[in-house]
Amino acid sequence: MDMLPGIFRWLHIVAGVAWIGLLYYFNLVQAPAMAAAAADKEGPGGAGISKYVAPRALLWFRWAAVATWVMGAALLGSGFKDAFALQNGYEGIGIGAWLGTIMLFNVWVLIWPNQKKILGIVAASDDEKAKARRVAFLASRTNVMLSIPMLFFMANGLSHRALIGL
Amino acid sequence: MKNPLDSICGTIIAGLVLTVVLYVFLKNFIVVGV
Repeated sequence: MDMLPGIFRWLHIVAGVAWIGLLYYFNLVQAPAMAAAAADKEGPGGAGISKYVAPRALLWFRWAAVATWVMGAALLGSGFKDAFALQNGYEGIGIGAWLGTIMLFNVWVLIWPNQKKILGIVAASDDEKAKARRVAFLASRTNVMLSIPMLFFMANGLSHRALIGL
Repeated sequence: MKNPLDSICGTIIAGLVLTVVLYVFLKNFIVVGV
């Protein structure tokens, strides 16, 4: 079907907006808000965010990450191997694909298992929670950092690679 | 030395630097050989 690549591109972007949008929400809004809530001894605290907002946001975040990667792989199609091998015109998009793959790994292997400890979904001591908080924070911040070159190479790496001299 | 990822500004600057590094790497060591 001729329209399939267009549909994969559309769904890749929709899921990617959900994934990276939630990543930016966590880093620009929720984490600073939780820190402010913890510091405000007179305020209501961040328990409501931890109980009602964070689990829902994390659910959409981690599955949007999977959907983004799967739709991206479908869009690459026969160019999948060339992209990950950085060859045959797929060098730029390949860098984007590698960065997106590392980010997906961070979501499922570093952020989500540690968030389960932080939110009390799995049992953890206070020391384990403190360590989990730092690991999840740094993995999330790493993904924000990686998202900047990832979006540069995703946006320009294949169909518009001439614009960036590739 | 402070971890740049501890601040939003440091994270964004690190991302911009990484973008330039990856571009230079790609342009000079990957695409040039094609």
